[in-house]
Amino acid sequence: MTSDIALAGPDAANAEAEVLRKSPFAIRGLTVSYDQKPAVFSVDATIRPGQMTAIVGPNGAGKSTLLKAALGIVKPLSGQITSLGRPLAQEMHRIAYVPQRASVDWDFPVRVIDVVQMGLYREIGLLKRLSGGQKSKAMACLARVGMEDFAKRQIGQLSGGQQQRVFLARALAQDADLYLLDEPFAGVDAATEKAIIEVLKSLRAEGRTVVAVHHDLSTVPEYFDDVLLLNVRKIAEGPVAEVFTDAALEAAYGGRLASARITTNAATG
Amino acid sequence: MNGAEFVPLSLTPLLIGCLAAIACALPGNFLLLRRQALIGDAISHVVLPGIVAAFLIGGTIATLPMLLGAAGAAIVAVAMIEGIRRYGRIEPGAAMGVTFTTLFAAGVLLLEMSDTSGVHLDVEHALYGNLESLVWLDATGWGSLVDPTALAGLPPELFRIALVLVMIAALLVAFWRPLAISTFDEGFAATLGLPVTAIGLGLVIVSALAAVAAFDAVGSIIVIAMFICPPAAARLMTNRLGTQVALSVGFALIAAILGFVLAGYGPRWFGSIHAVSAAGMIATMSGVILALAALFGPARARST
Repeated sequence: MTSDIALAGPDAANAEAEVLRKSPFAIRGLTVSYDQKPAVFSVDATIRPGQMTAIVGPNGAGKSTLLKAALGIVKPLSGQITSLGRPLAQEMHRIAYVPQRASVDWDFPVRVIDVVQMGLYREIGLLKRLSGGQKSKAMACLARVGMEDFAKRQIGQLSGGQQQRVFLARALAQDADLYLLDEPFAGVDAATEKAIIEVLKSLRAEGRTVVAVHHDLSTVPEYFDDVLLLNVRKIAEGPVAEVFTDAALEAAYGGRLASARITTNAATG
Repeated sequence: MNGAEFVPLSLTPLLIGCLAAIACALPGNFLLLRRQALIGDAISHVVLPGIVAAFLIGGTIATLPMLLGAAGAAIVAVAMIEGIRRYGRIEPGAAMGVTFTTLFAAGVLLLEMSDTSGVHLDVEHALYGNLESLVWLDATGWGSLVDPTALAGLPPELFRIALVLVMIAALLVAFWRPLAISTFDEGFAATLGLPVTAIGLGLVIVSALAAVAAFDAVGSIIVIAMFICPPAAARLMTNRLGTQVALSVGFALIAAILGFVLAGYGPRWFGSIHAVSAAGMIATMSGVILALAALFGPARARST
């Protein structure tokens, strides 16, 4: 990647630097492999600021892996991840990550409000007690997802949709510029889906950038501005209206789309 | 019972038993929540070769070399488990099983082949501990607690376990938040900039220190009951992490006191003149507490 630019001359290098400086989340040459098998192969992506981007692709396409590798949770084989031109690793304080709901043990002995307060860790640090302001901030984040009445509940008592809202409230408490969400709508009820999308849209209205791994192709045009189509390699990226086409979907999912959607869901879902 | 009998013969073993039980229960809470209870078992076995190696190198049973030896053994064990899992392509549980039995066996062989007659270290002691022998013969009664010459004769094991417990408690307080966050959600913790791998390894090393400190009291087999039973019972009583840890300390204390007393005096009630192993009885009491919590604990009904 970089060598291509070097060959293309200083103008191209400057243009690339300018692109990277503007993007809150840019991926260059990301390759991740599990047990010698590439899960993500040589992906470039440039997320536009202040937009909502869906990462879409069949099961096993490497969507979650892409996020985790970009965040340093899993170790990539190669690749540069930047935010506004700086290495992402140095910008983590501006980033909030919402993992898949199923990735944690909801039996863990904490209350809803304790989970939200985890989002304040960078403010609080090791030993300081929570200030009154921080407590009310956590409560306000919970109210923003409509869960303030559940603050004192043990998290194991929540429904899947409520758990997802708590995760979103924790991310809100981080007060980030870039929100990376892994399947925020997986297994949630319709009311929760609506509540979450409203919160995400309000984040966009505040000028923040939202990137979400998304499964439901039918809601992509309704919810998102941009889309990154992935199937180990990048298939397409750009505004939904331009790149979310039948041809691109066929390239991502392979074969006839309708049957592909059913079989991929049945095979690994 | 009067002080002239209790203080020299029972006070120090009882104290050491209590401190050891607490020192194990504290990290045990997090091992349990991380579903790494088996690591506690592995570590408690693995410290044996660490202790023997420290003895062979240093020639004495002193606190610092023992703790270093055990911490070193824990790190070797974690590396071995990870290596076997990765290169042997077997599941983590099996990798752990292979590692801790092998290292423990090596520890037993090492112990049998080395001359430890001059110190208090033998295979039986390693297996079951020797709580009853940690007596304070310089004491003559309660007055000895303020008598400097008598205090100088306190068993060194008491200081070792007290030191380790203070260390563990201080680490737990200092790193409570990162430990709790990374135990609940490791991926999220990593994005907060928390060193999740180091935290996991730190917990294993702390568990190893607890296992060493408890080694004198209960040996390396029964100690797993002290790691797991009080926290598991506490988890069944509450849905709050802080409360769980506090309760686990309480249960550890109850198990240690009841176990020690029952081992020493229980058999007499049934007409036997022989006391039974205090370590065995402490572990049994830990199990009884867990069974009671499992039957009657208010936080039993849970989603999974």
